[in-house]
Amino acid sequence: MNAVLSLPSQRPKLFLLVAAVVWLIAFQLLLPLSEFLSTLLPVARDSHLGGALQFFLYDTPKVLLLLAGVVFAMGIVNSYFTPERTRALLAGRAEGAGNVMAALLGVVTPFCSCSAVPLFLGFVQAGVPLGITFSFLIAAPMVNEVALALLLGLFGWKIAGLYLGLGLAVAIVSGWVIGRLHMEASLEDWVRNMPQEHARAGVDTLILAERVQAGFVAMREIVGRVWPYIVAGIAVGAAIHGYVPEEFMAGLMGKDVWWSVPAAVLIGVPMYSNAAGVIPIVEALLAKGAALGTVLAFMMSVIALSLPEIVILRKVLKIRLIATFCAVVAGGILIVGYVFNAVL
Amino acid sequence: MKVVKILGTGCANCRATTQRIAQVAKELGVPITLEKVEAIQDIAAFGILATPAVVVDGKVVHTGGVPVREKIASWLGG
Repeated sequence: MNAVLSLPSQRPKLFLLVAAVVWLIAFQLLLPLSEFLSTLLPVARDSHLGGALQFFLYDTPKVLLLLAGVVFAMGIVNSYFTPERTRALLAGRAEGAGNVMAALLGVVTPFCSCSAVPLFLGFVQAGVPLGITFSFLIAAPMVNEVALALLLGLFGWKIAGLYLGLGLAVAIVSGWVIGRLHMEASLEDWVRNMPQEHARAGVDTLILAERVQAGFVAMREIVGRVWPYIVAGIAVGAAIHGYVPEEFMAGLMGKDVWWSVPAAVLIGVPMYSNAAGVIPIVEALLAKGAALGTVLAFMMSVIALSLPEIVILRKVLKIRLIATFCAVVAGGILIVGYVFNAVL
Repeated sequence: MKVVKILGTGCANCRATTQRIAQVAKELGVPITLEKVEAIQDIAAFGILATPAVVVDGKVVHTGGVPVREKIASWLGG
């Protein structure tokens, strides 16, 4: 027993290998296991309740297992990209390539939306151009590991990949546009008057065992925090799956309803939820005939823009820049929604 | 007595950090003064990039996320 417990710290490489194999086996066993469990239930499988229960029994463990795996892996990746190192990488970058880099770093740098302001200030102080800072700030919350793990679990790798690509595109282009508008004058005056600071990356002294430890910490914190949302979200999703008639959503959120994309964005922006709460509901909407572009636009606007974040950014940005930020990002999401509905 | 400052704008993680530090200090029987720094300008003055951050006796010891109990104990013990 002791040998097993000390494996992550003594032999981290071996541990990662064993963990990956165990995880894959568990994942393969899920479907037969959930089928077996649902045959034990005293309800008919083709009834409303049976359909809802089976959906719940299969999706919950699948999503939680995927989430645990992805969050653990991202915890290890995150340990290579501290905000300080990201800032040093971005300081003084040219626009264009800098926006692309900022959006990519936004995915792998650990970030909590409550850190948006100190991070923004730190970037500006170190001379990271405004548009590049925004590319980072848009990508970081929108394309995060929880959203990607859930999309992967519920929709498969194609849609997860599309979301990743389009989320990055919105962040890159929006940041670039904001940079082109040269709105430095719309920073609050005290922000502009802050002393410039040289960005130092700091020395990375972590060894692999410590990174594995960081993976465990991330898994404990994030999975511990979001699992109730996921279970609740899947339960709502399961109810919709079992009880709402097929094609019910087609009339409201289908491809042919032109106003559904802007409506989805307008409803999504003020909503504040994490990816965990919104995705399972989104899955159920999709299954009932809502168009993919509309649903993705809704999801992006819920996660990327939120009222609390806007309120907190107001402390460092003047109204004009906030309004521009929201308009540009919402516009980008709108385009994504329409393009998707048109192409698919 | 150690002065522990929690830098953060009042998000859920900041509250969790404050609570956890108070709890660990109580368990260890170490008397501390807990101060919350919530104004953005004051937080920025510490030059940190991620909140919640923890400052013990004027030195930044932690940024970005709720610290684990072992880490808190090591700040309070030394």
